[in-house]
Amino acid sequence: MSVLLIAEHNNKNLKPFTLNAITAASKIDPEIHVLVAGSGCENVVKEVAVVSLVKKVLVCDSPNYQNYLPENLAPLVTKHSEKYDHIVASANTFGKNFMPRVAAALDTSQISDVIKINSTDTFVRPIYAGNAFATVKSNDKKRCVTVRPTSFEPASKAGGSAQVEKIDAVNVPSFSKFIKREETKSERPELGTARVVVSGGRGLESGENFKLITDIADKLNAAVGASRAAVDAGYISNDHQVGQTGKVVVPDLYIAVGISGAIQHLAGMKESKIIVAINKDGEAPIFSIADYGLEADLFKALPEFLSELNKLNTIQK
Amino acid sequence: MKILVAVKRVIDYNVQIRVKEDSSGVHTDNVKMSTNPPDDNAVEESVKLKETGKVKEVVAISIGEDKAQETIRKALAVGADRGIHVKSESYIEPLGIAKILKKVVEKEKPDMVFLGKQAIDDDCNQTGQMLAAMLNWPQSTFSSKILLKDKSLEIIREIDEGLETIEVNLPAVVTCDLRLNEPRYASLPNIMKAKKKPIEQIVAKDLGVDIANRVQQIKVEEPPKRKAGIKVANVAELVSKLKNEAKVI
Repeated sequence: MSVLLIAEHNNKNLKPFTLNAITAASKIDPEIHVLVAGSGCENVVKEVAVVSLVKKVLVCDSPNYQNYLPENLAPLVTKHSEKYDHIVASANTFGKNFMPRVAAALDTSQISDVIKINSTDTFVRPIYAGNAFATVKSNDKKRCVTVRPTSFEPASKAGGSAQVEKIDAVNVPSFSKFIKREETKSERPELGTARVVVSGGRGLESGENFKLITDIADKLNAAVGASRAAVDAGYISNDHQVGQTGKVVVPDLYIAVGISGAIQHLAGMKESKIIVAINKDGEAPIFSIADYGLEADLFKALPEFLSELNKLNTIQK
Repeated sequence: MKILVAVKRVIDYNVQIRVKEDSSGVHTDNVKMSTNPPDDNAVEESVKLKETGKVKEVVAISIGEDKAQETIRKALAVGADRGIHVKSESYIEPLGIAKILKKVVEKEKPDMVFLGKQAIDDDCNQTGQMLAAMLNWPQSTFSSKILLKDKSLEIIREIDEGLETIEVNLPAVVTCDLRLNEPRYASLPNIMKAKKKPIEQIVAKDLGVDIANRVQQIKVEEPPKRKAGIKVANVAELVSKLKNEAKVI
């Protein structure tokens, strides 16, 4: 009755959302085994072994798993899934990519993007861009589940003492090849886990004007987000996109600037604790979910906002 | 070469959905339906590849009730050559859909199967990956740029960290991101022409695959409503509220 959880990492460090997935997994079953598949990933194994709640770490260290191509990773997970009733990963581009391959190989229906775990077989997940919550019961014997990381607290990175077990690699197909990865470098906190997010939309009118957003983000130690309109217009790169087809964020404070609040955008941020909207259109749908709304021209309001922030003695980081 | 492109009929993305009072689902009667947006990108890309001359035929497939034919007709109007409608009155999960697609792939033998990355109704993001697994083909998900080579595809994918480039040998399954292209509108003459293009009909249960649903929908509810907020008069008031009332800065 245990859970096999697939760790996301870059071969050096564990990615933070794995910790949220571990908490989610613990609500299914306390016997959590974490699979670390990678290449030269000793440090990741060390990190995982001390995460509280983790009982065992399965390690498969092989060049085959360096770039976690789903064609390579899924057969490894499938092979080692025998003893487990649940296979769990985060519902980000990592988990979404390989998990359905595992589910299909096991002939089970995957439960995607779970936000609440009611029991070992019953889960709550958002549908229709988060405009409805579906409670679903899986009748499969083995269950493949991806969890929305922002719906669960991260597990503590200390206090655990898991047993480490090496497992064998499996043959990998030769029909897919990793070429390169271009990561967007930023000094700012990661969008998915930031405490404060400042987002810009079409109202910014240009990429240069995004500086008004980044200045405030830097002051608040915030991540920078964007609506799809801003990304499509080329103001900012796509990995900043918040929404149904981008990232889902749940910060303490979300500041939406020049964003009307289309259904698809709201899907990615409406669980934020405090929402601020700055928009010159008083009828914009974003105001219907904002805790604090300011109807103003952002080109005037943002510089004023920055100068007001500069007046404060302290700012929470 | 041949592309099979899968399209789904869903509630239009602009519609504010309504949950049924008995929690059994969402209202779909008299609601505007259209093609799932990323599926439009998949069709557009298929047609663009055909226009390069390397792809000879684009076959659009949809699985669902009779009206799914409208979704196929739209793909035909944009440039697909013919359609396949797999008829099913009831909802089929991605696992069952992938099994049906596999059957059709075995018969049609396409070099590529294009799909949207996810349907905006069930938000599953599974079907393409499941199909690739069942066929033992490589996959590219969240694809935002596709380059067709002789026997492979070089693809840029959207990932959380930025972008990733991979190369997959053909045959392959590709799921399309919204940023892959700008879907064209069908012109009236092309809509008229599409009416003459053939749509083959197959009944899902005649395909001999197990499409029974494994997941039972217990209830569908509205998400908790947010409390109404306030409008502030100016920036100073906003900062003061955030500092002293909400205590978030």
